[in-house]
Amino acid sequence: MITKKDIEHVALLSRLELTGPEKDMYTRQLNDILNHFQFLARLDTENVQPTAHVLPLQNVFREDWVGRHISREDALANCPDREENYFKVPKIV
Amino acid sequence: MPQYETVIGLEVHVELKTRAKIFCDSTTEFGGAPNTHVCPVCLGLPGVLPVVNKKVVEYAIRAALALNCKIARFSKFDRKNYYYPDMPKNYQISQHDLPIAKHGYLKIDTENGAKKIGITRLHMEEDSGKLVHQGTITASPFSLVDYNRAGVPLIEVVSEPDLRSPEEARQYMEKLRAIILYTGISDCKMEEGSLRCDANISVRPVGTDGFGTKAEIKNLNSFKALQRSLNFEIERQIKTLEAGGRIIQETRTWDEGKGETLSLRSKEHAHDYRYLPDPDLVPLLIDRQWVEDICGSLPELPDHRRERYIKEYGLPDYDAAILTNTKELADYFEDCVKVCPNPKAVSNWIMGDFTRLLNLHGLEITECKITPQNLASLLGLIEQGTISGKIAKTVFAEMFAGGTDAETIVKEKGLVQISDKGAVIAIVEEVLVTNPGPVADFRAGRERALGFLVGRVMKATQGKANPELVNKLLREKL
Ligand SMILES: [Zn+2]
Repeated sequence: MITKKDIEHVALLSRLELTGPEKDMYTRQLNDILNHFQFLARLDTENVQPTAHVLPLQNVFREDWVGRHISREDALANCPDREENYFKVPKIV
Repeated sequence: MPQYETVIGLEVHVELKTRAKIFCDSTTEFGGAPNTHVCPVCLGLPGVLPVVNKKVVEYAIRAALALNCKIARFSKFDRKNYYYPDMPKNYQISQHDLPIAKHGYLKIDTENGAKKIGITRLHMEEDSGKLVHQGTITASPFSLVDYNRAGVPLIEVVSEPDLRSPEEARQYMEKLRAIILYTGISDCKMEEGSLRCDANISVRPVGTDGFGTKAEIKNLNSFKALQRSLNFEIERQIKTLEAGGRIIQETRTWDEGKGETLSLRSKEHAHDYRYLPDPDLVPLLIDRQWVEDICGSLPELPDHRRERYIKEYGLPDYDAAILTNTKELADYFEDCVKVCPNPKAVSNWIMGDFTRLLNLHGLEITECKITPQNLASLLGLIEQGTISGKIAKTVFAEMFAGGTDAETIVKEKGLVQISDKGAVIAIVEEVLVTNPGPVADFRAGRERALGFLVGRVMKATQGKANPELVNKLLREKL
């Protein structure tokens, strides 16, 4: 059972600012989703391996070769703020 | 006041010496102008697909085998979510519940003999970028970010809480470094951050089994910082408990300047990482044959080599431990022993003058000009009595500086030991005449006076006289 407190906690971790009505709505919606999983949990999965990935693939590797870097201007093109050749962000301590 | 016991576990990050990053083909080269060693993958741009560098997996397995770990047959990557701008994606790709290896150990030397320190797990992950602050971190309202290191491959090696003192922690760290260097997967330079350590530490009354509340110390970038911070933390925790206080589980940072650990209290729930399997990366199914091939390519590791030196060359354990500390030193020793019949003499020279000069000049053994063949011929000259042990030190210093071979130096400088009785006897007689005081002392039974007279003769011959012969002649004459 998800409480409003859980929603506030997850919102904080995700840096989301939620209004009172939004918190109520998400509490209800996430509970609905979890209830649906409760329903799925009734299935017998005794002999089913836990899924680590949705595709039936393993061992996709790249070789240890250095390729092309993008230009510094391209690298910094999307950043909201920069100083010289650095990304500039609000300090978080 | 009860006696306290310390419980320490270490988490060590080792940067791998691959050419490219862990999930993209950007270079891992150290340095470089800010944000130039990057591509859309390590910048976390939308729509990119990380693919694991095979060499990283190979190196992780290599390290794991050298640390006696069991390699997992099935392994996967997970996202560790946190909001901090050192990663552009807001998560770090790591391994959570299915690491590549578990259940290893390494051995350290203690007063009570060898001690096994358990290794809980070893996993692969990506390094983060670097935050730069102008002025002091507290004064600046901004952080500047360089993502050149973001995505550089790391392995994290987590020990069991088996360490009982800062000294044991340092030993563990040094041994781990030595083993990793043998495997050749990292250069383990603490000053460049390619070997880093976090320590978990708690105290408990002696005789109890449970663990006290632990603190985690971050930012330990030297062996000195490791030992000093642990010593500080032990004292702090015991003082707190003795004053009736409680230890808070928290992360602390080591302040080298102040010489103390400081609390890094954060407002948020720092350890709520919400791990989830990374859907961009498919799982790893490690083939037994691959593991066997890697195992077969490992060099002989320090512990094994040390034991062999004791058995094969009859060296004391002390010598064997020092000589096998690095692969380069051990290889050099073995090259010398191939051409020199006296392993203990080789060991003495390597551990003595050789190491002293290397340290003095800040050189690695691989940069040294003295070839094993040259060292062997120097030892040959001593053995045959051509030069005295004292002269040999001068010759050695000359060889070290110029790379010339011992015979040439001895010949050119006229350093051949004077073992001819006729040549020495005249000098002995002269010394006896010019030093009546010590002569009288010796005759009055003061043995020490003889040493003085020997010294005089040696000085008169510029150290070239055979000391045994001088001794013998002096005694005869007296
Ligand atoms: Zn990249």
